[in-house]
Amino acid sequence: MHKEAAIREPLILGHKTYHDITEDVCRPIEDKAPRMWYILFGIALIIGLYGVGCILYLLGTGVGVWGLNKTIGWAWDITNFVWWVGIGHAGTLISAVLLLFRQKWRMAINRSAEAMTIFAVFMAGLFPLIHMGRLWLGYWVLPLPNHFGSLWVNFNSPLLWDVFAISTYLSVSLVFWYIGLIPDFATIRDRAKKPIPKKMYSIMSFGWSGRAKHWNRFELVSLVLAGLATPLVFSVHSIVSFDFATSVIPGWHTTIFPPYFVAGAVFSGFAMVQTLLLIMRKAMSLEAYIHTKHVEYMNIVIMVTGSIVGTAYITELFISWYSGVEYEAYAFINRATGPYWWAYWAMMTCNVISPQLMWFKKLRRSLLFTFIISIVVNIGMWFERYVIIVTSLHRDFLPSSWSMHYPSHIDIGVYIGTIGLFFVFFLLFARYFPVLALNEVKSILKGSGESYKNMPDDHHAEPAAAEAAPKAEAPVEEPKAEDSTDASDDAKGEDDSEEKKEDNNDNNE
Amino acid sequence: MADKVIYAMYDDDNVLKDGAKKLVSKGVKVSEVFSPFPIHGIDPIIGVKNTRLGIMAFIYGLTGLTLATIGMRYFMVVDWPMNIGGKPNFTYLDNILAFIPISFEFTVLCAAHGMAITYFLRNKTLPGMPAQNPDPRTTDDRFVMELRTSENSQFSAEELEAMLKETGIVELDQKDVA
Repeated sequence: MHKEAAIREPLILGHKTYHDITEDVCRPIEDKAPRMWYILFGIALIIGLYGVGCILYLLGTGVGVWGLNKTIGWAWDITNFVWWVGIGHAGTLISAVLLLFRQKWRMAINRSAEAMTIFAVFMAGLFPLIHMGRLWLGYWVLPLPNHFGSLWVNFNSPLLWDVFAISTYLSVSLVFWYIGLIPDFATIRDRAKKPIPKKMYSIMSFGWSGRAKHWNRFELVSLVLAGLATPLVFSVHSIVSFDFATSVIPGWHTTIFPPYFVAGAVFSGFAMVQTLLLIMRKAMSLEAYIHTKHVEYMNIVIMVTGSIVGTAYITELFISWYSGVEYEAYAFINRATGPYWWAYWAMMTCNVISPQLMWFKKLRRSLLFTFIISIVVNIGMWFERYVIIVTSLHRDFLPSSWSMHYPSHIDIGVYIGTIGLFFVFFLLFARYFPVLALNEVKSILKGSGESYKNMPDDHHAEPAAAEAAPKAEAPVEEPKAEDSTDASDDAKGEDDSEEKKEDNNDNNE
Repeated sequence: MADKVIYAMYDDDNVLKDGAKKLVSKGVKVSEVFSPFPIHGIDPIIGVKNTRLGIMAFIYGLTGLTLATIGMRYFMVVDWPMNIGGKPNFTYLDNILAFIPISFEFTVLCAAHGMAITYFLRNKTLPGMPAQNPDPRTTDDRFVMELRTSENSQFSAEELEAMLKETGIVELDQKDVA
């Protein structure tokens, strides 16, 4: 067994056994859903259905119902598309990149982050499809034999690259996620008592039995898929940025776009993960698995990627002046001081200043503060895309066609609707799927579980080893002390420690 | 010959691993281990060879890359050379930069899905397949070692059980298989 340094904070708090992990994760699936779940699901469903209504109206009437005009041909639709794709970047980053780096803390969050990714990419994919106007001809983006017309699709176009990138990303993420889910579905199947859930989970678990050879293959497949998904994550948002960067519009035509978009995507993705997980861990009492340390790790990622994004903004600004291209310079002066100044400064405040607050340990370990910042970051990242898209377009090459973009209520309805649909999917996931990767969490229990870390040696410790116990215990005190200072930070932390006490009592019984 | 399957249940992965090591050193063949999560280091002990799925993934990836190259060359160079802003499009090499993103994506697509499908087929884990773990608790917190008398003809069933009992098992079960 791989031993972890004692000064590292344990990743699983309390005295959990393998069975406790199964219980903690399966209980919310097996119990009746709480009232709150129905209320939230109802709200999300209503908002989602309103969005579907708006989309149907759009398809029936035409793209003209959006607030677009001949100068601003891309606005909320593509903004929302890029925003959702960006949010969809954290899941695969957590599960693939952090797997390659052997970061064990990812195991508590990867399942739900990947679910979030997949649902976010669903929402993203919706926008190009409805923007086509004739949704039912959407398959024309595929390289089909040309009896549909005289031409093949254009393989030189970044828009087609995007089709390939997004569909590859979605389907590979889905497969990666599902392969990890299969052993956990098997756990639920073997616990299920009622016939219908038993049947359902038995179909979904593909007859998984946990044989040694299967686990051997499972680990290799996870590793190779992670290896494939890692460059994929970076390629997807790079290609999304090519949609802009390969054009000749001042403000879009920049080589900095690919890295800048990727950093921004990770930034917003992690923020969304924080928003969802801070609620989920509370609602499903998973505080022992997703605790302050996990939040802190994610906040550090937010801080780093936020700083990259901030540097990119300033570089862009500097280069627009330094390049000496007056059109480029004007595009940026117009962003900061033109009619859309409020969007630009909202973006700057939310994305450049707010992540810098994470340098303070107290703040990045505060759950309430994290929750607020995570929402601020998501708002900021929506504005970033809005600023890039709309402010670059609205003052055209011909001053006679200068224009402003005002969203119609359909624009707003479709956007809000996708948020509703996203939560419909996520709530269904939280209700019927194991939200923690059971098999992976169990495999780190002995290496990173609190009770195992406090143990002097292993189960069969000889008296000689037991003597060393006080020594081994000393460094472990540290994280505990931190936890208690944290508890005074905010109410959520306090609940944490109460929760821990309860757990201990349970075990004593 | 009647075959007897002996299932020895453990409640700890390390105990099972030590037990398997002891049994194997005595010449016992362990035919299978069922566990709720991968037990690292069990494969060489019970003689499970490393999977070759990685090689398959590479071959699928190469197939994807080849298909993408052939396809794009046919669509964009042979069948209907597209003149975009007068950029050269007479040969595949002239235009290769524009084809890199899709070549990459298609390689990943084929490698990932090819490997996933092979994985499911080799495991025989497909929708609706029946579960084969001997005890439902093996997907929760129990670890089961399976021995077969037919594979251990030098020992009697009683001898095997006696050896198993020394390894810290929590339950023992046996089943006759025709």
